[in-house]
Amino acid sequence: MSEKPRLTYINGRGRMESIRWLLAAAGVEFEEIFLQTREQLLKLGQDGSLMFHQLPLVEIDGMKLVQCRAILSYIAGKYNLYGKDLKERALIDMYVEGISDLMQLILMFPFSPPEAKEKNIATISEKATERYFPVFEKVLKQHGQDFLVGNRFSWADVQLMEAILAVEEKVPSVLSGFPQLQAFKTKMSNMPTIKKFLQPGSPRKPPPDENYVATVMKIFKLD
Amino acid sequence: MSGKPVLHYVSVRGRMEPVKWLLAAAGVEFEERILKTKDDLQKLRTDGCLLFQQVPMVEIDGMKMVQTRAILNYIAGKYNLYGKDLKERALIDMYVGGTDDLMGFLLSFPFLSAEDKVKQCAFVVQKATSRYFPAYEKVLKDHGQDFLVGNRLSWADIHLLEAILMLEEKKSDALSGFPLLQAFKKRISSIPTIKKFLAPGSKRKPISDDKYVETVRRVLRMYYDVKPN
Repeated sequence: MSEKPRLTYINGRGRMESIRWLLAAAGVEFEEIFLQTREQLLKLGQDGSLMFHQLPLVEIDGMKLVQCRAILSYIAGKYNLYGKDLKERALIDMYVEGISDLMQLILMFPFSPPEAKEKNIATISEKATERYFPVFEKVLKQHGQDFLVGNRFSWADVQLMEAILAVEEKVPSVLSGFPQLQAFKTKMSNMPTIKKFLQPGSPRKPPPDENYVATVMKIFKLD
Repeated sequence: MSGKPVLHYVSVRGRMEPVKWLLAAAGVEFEERILKTKDDLQKLRTDGCLLFQQVPMVEIDGMKMVQTRAILNYIAGKYNLYGKDLKERALIDMYVGGTDDLMGFLLSFPFLSAEDKVKQCAFVVQKATSRYFPAYEKVLKDHGQDFLVGNRLSWADIHLLEAILMLEEKKSDALSGFPLLQAFKKRISSIPTIKKFLAPGSKRKPISDDKYVETVRRVLRMYYDVKPN
């Protein structure tokens, strides 16, 4: 019997959002458990569910997987979003890892002090427009295909779409100057599974707010 | 024509060392190009060799690969050190993720002040002995096999050995209380390719000393104001 994957995290984007995106893009329904107290996290650790006492945790196919990359790689592999061979996988990995460095800035942003926020937005904007987006603009321009790798939909496309939308929330005009990425964003938005994920009522979480920050600080005691 | 992989990096262990471990363990010879000035880095950038303007970069099989994790995934896959199926790969990824986090705490170590080095050392040892080593000890205990995954050598074993040795450089008895990891360490160290890498004269980098710190700061233009965890 195949059960739905079960995601354990807090009720917010954080490090689980990329996993929600990928499952949703693959058309996979999943369940979610939202922790509300630190005690719940500690208990999971004591139960042996968390190999390194950390979240995210995804229970899938009889495994209790932790470590985002491990989880994402497994999902990508299982649902044929990881290229057709080692070399395509290498490209997907490079692109995903690069985007993930950009996403790290976004992940950390809510926790920066108020006086640093403006500077941090400027950094996100600069990195996006000078280091990361130009790479993908060029990739799309050079092969003229709809998808980043191998002329078919992959994890790299999902991750790039997530990053574009996340940066746009901070820097609304960030794609001006990137016509290929604008077209890419439109195409991705119209893919049925992604379209569904972008609609209200989907598992997609809203942008982090003060409540999210407070919950993270309380439960994870960021150490 | 298939040549040896070429590794482009600076003269500290940093982010390239796990790549060298993995290639060495797989019995693959490689070449190194050490960046010594910021012009060396700039040239790679202007030549379009660095996808995200960063090193590590490894030239392998006609690709200029960047992003350490992507490079390691490729090498592991190519040399059959990545398990036999998706589930074994997931376990390997999970285990490598842990050792990567642990060794990550030591990345900026050479660039810390003497006082902060003491703090960071204590921090890393505490993490190793309370969070990471117990996790791997349990894996070995639960299945009783010689290797972490699938009863054969994989990337996860090589990465864990690297982490163990790095921790022992900070605290020589870091493995006390972990008998299975002690046996694991002996076993994996004596695999011929790994034994060769651990012997003097190999491409393994010694612990970064102060001589290199300023050069690396200049070349990468980072690590200027590093704080401990």
